[in-house]
Amino acid sequence: MDLPYLNISQAQALLRSRQISSLELTQAVLDRIHRLDPVLRAWLTVDEKAALEQARRADERLQRGERLTPLTGIPFGVKDSIITQGMRTTCASRLLENYIPPYQSTAVERLLEAGAVLIGKHNLDEFSMGSSTENSAFFPTRNPWDPQRVPGGSSGGSAVAVAAGQCFFALGGDTGGSIRLPAAFCNVVGLKPTYGRVSRYGLIALASSFDTIGPLTRTVEDAALVLQVIAGPDGRDSTALPDPVPDYRAALDRPVKGLRLGLPREYFVSGMEAGVEAALREAIRRFEALGMEVCEVSLPHTPYALAVYYLILFAEASANLARFDGVRFGVAAEEAQTIADLYLQTRQKGFGAEVKRRILLGAFTLSAGYYDAYYLKAQRVRTLLRQDFERAFEECDVLLTPVSPSVAFRLGEKIADPLAMYLSDIYLVAVNPAGVPALALPCGFADGLPVGMQLIGRHGAESLLFQVGHAYQQVTEWHHMYPPL
Amino acid sequence: MPEKGPLLTPELVQHIASLVQIGLSEAEAEAFVPQLNAILEYFNLLQEVDTTQVLPAFLLSGLRNIFRPDQPELGLTRQAFLSNVPQRQGEYVCVPIVLEE
Repeated sequence: MDLPYLNISQAQALLRSRQISSLELTQAVLDRIHRLDPVLRAWLTVDEKAALEQARRADERLQRGERLTPLTGIPFGVKDSIITQGMRTTCASRLLENYIPPYQSTAVERLLEAGAVLIGKHNLDEFSMGSSTENSAFFPTRNPWDPQRVPGGSSGGSAVAVAAGQCFFALGGDTGGSIRLPAAFCNVVGLKPTYGRVSRYGLIALASSFDTIGPLTRTVEDAALVLQVIAGPDGRDSTALPDPVPDYRAALDRPVKGLRLGLPREYFVSGMEAGVEAALREAIRRFEALGMEVCEVSLPHTPYALAVYYLILFAEASANLARFDGVRFGVAAEEAQTIADLYLQTRQKGFGAEVKRRILLGAFTLSAGYYDAYYLKAQRVRTLLRQDFERAFEECDVLLTPVSPSVAFRLGEKIADPLAMYLSDIYLVAVNPAGVPALALPCGFADGLPVGMQLIGRHGAESLLFQVGHAYQQVTEWHHMYPPL
Repeated sequence: MPEKGPLLTPELVQHIASLVQIGLSEAEAEAFVPQLNAILEYFNLLQEVDTTQVLPAFLLSGLRNIFRPDQPELGLTRQAFLSNVPQRQGEYVCVPIVLEE
């Protein structure tokens, strides 16, 4: 039995029947971390002692049959942009290198309450700014399918850890593709939930009107189990949706026959690698074989999505990152003689190049004389992007698109050209300004590297995405392909 | 509407950096100029969209503020709040000189 690659419900069944213990599961993933992470470098922090202690407590719960949930005793990791009380949280920035949060994020609190076992924290692009995890201030993370290639980003460490059997699931953050791109590059499942479905309390803010927390898992069913625990209203986040959380698992086995699958024609244009397009076309045939009706739809403002996304992101990020000044927390410049120097030097030394570029552009595009042409214009076109999705969902139930026009690229390939890096997210960024949910899942290989597809639903339609994704995984094996490690 | 061609110069980049309280070396500012201008030029793409009849999205979000009951509850201790302060004396946060003589 290959413990690290069990899916969550299999592992839970073995835990309940006392065939394995949480301690054994936890030790199995820790062994994988010891063996594989010197090369992959998915983890920034691993707290073995705390993990083994939580596993012991989970085993006691299991023994007594008390407060059992589908996640009791299951080891997980968390992107290091999400606050963990008492466990170092760096956001992969020098500025937060020593930060030990005194409070807990809501999503992690709910997982710990459910009895899941926290192993540690995952590498990312600094402050979630990037698409390759090369912008981490500490080290890049490598793709388990080919260590010369990037894992995607910014939740790169989380996708690698799940793909490499170093944890059973991970929490990532998605502001403009940061869960979905690494999921596709590493052959795992990643969900960007509806904006507000999961509380953002304790998520270090990048762009507050786009930011979401979501699961990275090896199966669609596992993603449903994790979302079930972390979703729902929260008195500490006034943008968390008040709607009750549906039973996601109940949706999984509903038949998909007769559902309408929309292919946005603007997403199937030239520029996609041949192997990626072939994998997508094959996936579409699978959905047809499952009885879904395939139709073409239009999202006419797609060519403007990337510009809208980055303009608004820069503006929101430049405001959000003003709080990092070296006074109440963070690594402060030591030689500063005046308060002005303290701010200037702390931020000069603490932030990497991409963070500085984005703050500078945010401040510039918000400044008098440029605000109307850049920021306000982007907010108007954002309205059109949102209307595109509303109209498309009058004609279909779910949209299918590529995740990325290419498979995972090589380390160093795009790092010197920020705009080329931004274009990696061309198929992913439109959903965040619109607020709708999107699921990335494996759909094949090209040149030995994973290819992902993206299913997009209307607001609050996570159940439908799980239903369609799960139906696909019942008739395909891509999600059971594991990297040669 | 922004003019065509490069907008930012090293001097302007330094000025913006001072507004957002980030120290920049001359070399950093020089390196940023072509990168930032390439991104700003890409954004000009939006000018071709007619938005005269379109409201900005932040007026249409449909989100309503959500209030929780105003009940007293225990928050963090002072010790927890101060636990990450880089420079402190007892229960005070230390900063360099704010006002000059």
